[in-house]
Amino acid sequence: MSELLKYPGESKADSLSPEGKAAAHTRRVFLFKLAVGLNALVGAVLAVPLAGYLLGPAARKRSNIGAWVNLGSLSDFPVGQTRLADFLSPMAAFNDGETGKTSCWVRRVSEQTVQVFAINCAHLGCPVRWFAESKLFLCPCHGGAYYEDGSRASGPPERGLFEYKTRIAGDHLLIHAGNLPTLSTEASCKEKPMVQIQPAKQIEAARAVSADPAARSTTWQG
Amino acid sequence: MAGLKIYNWIEHRLGLIQPLKEAAEHPTPSNNASWWYVFGSAATVLLMLQIVTGILLALVYSPSANEAWTSLNFLNHNIALGWYLRALHGWGSDFMIAIVLIHLVQVFLFGSFKFPRELTWMVGVVLLLLTLGMAFTGQVMRFDQDAYWGLGIGASISSRVPFVGAKLVHLLLGGSIIGGATLSRFFTLHVFVIPGLLLAGVAVHVLMVLRHGVSDWPMPGRLVRKSTYEREYHELTQRTGLPFVPDAAWKDAIFAAAILFSVMACAFFFGPFGPGGQPDPTIIQTAPHPDFAFLWIYAVLAFLPPSLETPVLLVAPVIAIAGMLLLPLLAGEGERHWARRPVAVLSVSVIAVTLGIFTRLGTYTPWSPVMDAWSGDAVPVKYMHNRTPLEREGAMVLQDKQCRDCHSLDGAGGLRGPALDSVAARMTEDQIVRQVLQGGGNMPAYGNALNPAETKALVSFLMTLRGNALEPAMDASRELLRQSRTATPVNPDAAVPGTAKAGEQK
Ligand code: FES
Repeated sequence: MSELLKYPGESKADSLSPEGKAAAHTRRVFLFKLAVGLNALVGAVLAVPLAGYLLGPAARKRSNIGAWVNLGSLSDFPVGQTRLADFLSPMAAFNDGETGKTSCWVRRVSEQTVQVFAINCAHLGCPVRWFAESKLFLCPCHGGAYYEDGSRASGPPERGLFEYKTRIAGDHLLIHAGNLPTLSTEASCKEKPMVQIQPAKQIEAARAVSADPAARSTTWQG
Repeated sequence: MAGLKIYNWIEHRLGLIQPLKEAAEHPTPSNNASWWYVFGSAATVLLMLQIVTGILLALVYSPSANEAWTSLNFLNHNIALGWYLRALHGWGSDFMIAIVLIHLVQVFLFGSFKFPRELTWMVGVVLLLLTLGMAFTGQVMRFDQDAYWGLGIGASISSRVPFVGAKLVHLLLGGSIIGGATLSRFFTLHVFVIPGLLLAGVAVHVLMVLRHGVSDWPMPGRLVRKSTYEREYHELTQRTGLPFVPDAAWKDAIFAAAILFSVMACAFFFGPFGPGGQPDPTIIQTAPHPDFAFLWIYAVLAFLPPSLETPVLLVAPVIAIAGMLLLPLLAGEGERHWARRPVAVLSVSVIAVTLGIFTRLGTYTPWSPVMDAWSGDAVPVKYMHNRTPLEREGAMVLQDKQCRDCHSLDGAGGLRGPALDSVAARMTEDQIVRQVLQGGGNMPAYGNALNPAETKALVSFLMTLRGNALEPAMDASRELLRQSRTATPVNPDAAVPGTAKAGEQK
């Protein structure tokens, strides 16, 4: 048996008196507890980035969510009518596919006043449909109904339709879009930020979605 | 001989086969070798089926918002037997929920959750929730229109949680909109997190069943007492015990085979579920529907009054789950037989009937407007006979203003509002005018959508709808004033002058 590779059983502990063994045991118990504590500490430090990664989506500042989106030329929305418009969500990521697209209802009240409603029912988010003759938005899920100005008419919703902030820039209608509109996530961000410079690409993409009828998939619509 | 040698070689090193054999052959009281005790094992077998078919589907499925829907269609149409694998997984899921529920009801009615099996029940409740979690996340995997809007409903419900609503929505969606990140999180839950928990939970559940033995058949008057139960059970087992395998397990095995065969048959004859329309949120001509297991929730959501909605949505599930978890702690002793537990039987019946009714309602959604009734369902011809031009004009208004989306005539049209076939027998002209213009109850006001001429025409048409020659509703006070010129009520379908009068009054 070499000097370097000593059989551990031959360690001094084996030849200790019973009292000595007990003392050695308490020492090891202490070391074990220390090691457990050390692991708890390392674990806690490790948990910080893991939790941060997991909770990341919830940590975004409200005012950072969303951007101005071009819905196209104002002339597409005749005064007195309510029309459907599509746009690419400014929040859409590389892997969102079709789900990055969104629709909204544009109500041109007069030359310079526009209301843009989220498609999502204020009850539980189903897509509301506009019925021009009865001047109502109806929800297919639980029968919620809204008047033409978006206010609640009847059914389970407890409030009117969600509205986007709008801006008319020259001949173009812009809305500020961000979150999926729900009772606690605004359709537009809280404080309306000042004019933002947008990458031209995004505006073009948005326009392509809203203007090009072929961009709407047709297989389902029939 | 060689086989035995190999077995011995392996078992000497592994040491698992003998203990497993002993566990399988443990004696169980002869009175529970019954057809009523087969549901737990069947649920486990279905879980295995789900795991196998799930793994096979994952070979082709692409969990990306860009491709998920397309990959499912590819599975359905381009991969040999892909449709059948999808069908097996889908039907397997429905069967699993059903069997788990039946297992739960059986255990509840037999009082098997009582001492010493309280924790077994609690783990079982968690397993039920995990199973439902698999069903919900699985519905998202289908990533079609229903899945997309279903996620919207999930997000909207989370958004109602006070203070942290917005954060919850973002956490659920993995971002601020429903998209690729959302599908990825649900995929992770469906494929890694929940199955892992399910398998661990099943292991603990089964270990506890082995530890305490399968509960004996309940007898009226034989009470569970913490001080005596385990001794009594032990004696019963010694007196009447049979080896679980094969004396009791043969029934489990036959039932499991029957269930597997049923899943296979359903999958073969009814095929896979969807996918429905593509998950394009700009296609809004859709009426989103959850899967069967969640239809009752969908129906309940339609009936809750707005003011109660948030509290009920957030509090009721907590109470229900807490109640189920705490049940064995509150009723851990005493009578086990259902005949001596009327409250238990009553609660099961009430809950079952309620769920059944809401599920039924969820399948035909009477609260939803029929969006194309106004253009699709004509006014029945019999309601046009012998009507004045004004009244016919009114029928046009009725169609045009989409009243039919919510109101039916002769059985066609929406069920959101009352049928109008006999509306004039229930309401006076004044009441109809007020209801139409100002709304009320669950009806929107049409004051802005109708001009006076349209209103006049519409109401005069409605006044002719008196069902089977019912008397018209009347305003008693006005009737007194009018007594001098009372006309006898006439069936509008039979006589012209009477109807004309109904329209011209006032
Ligand atoms: S989601 Fe519109 S009424 Fe429920």
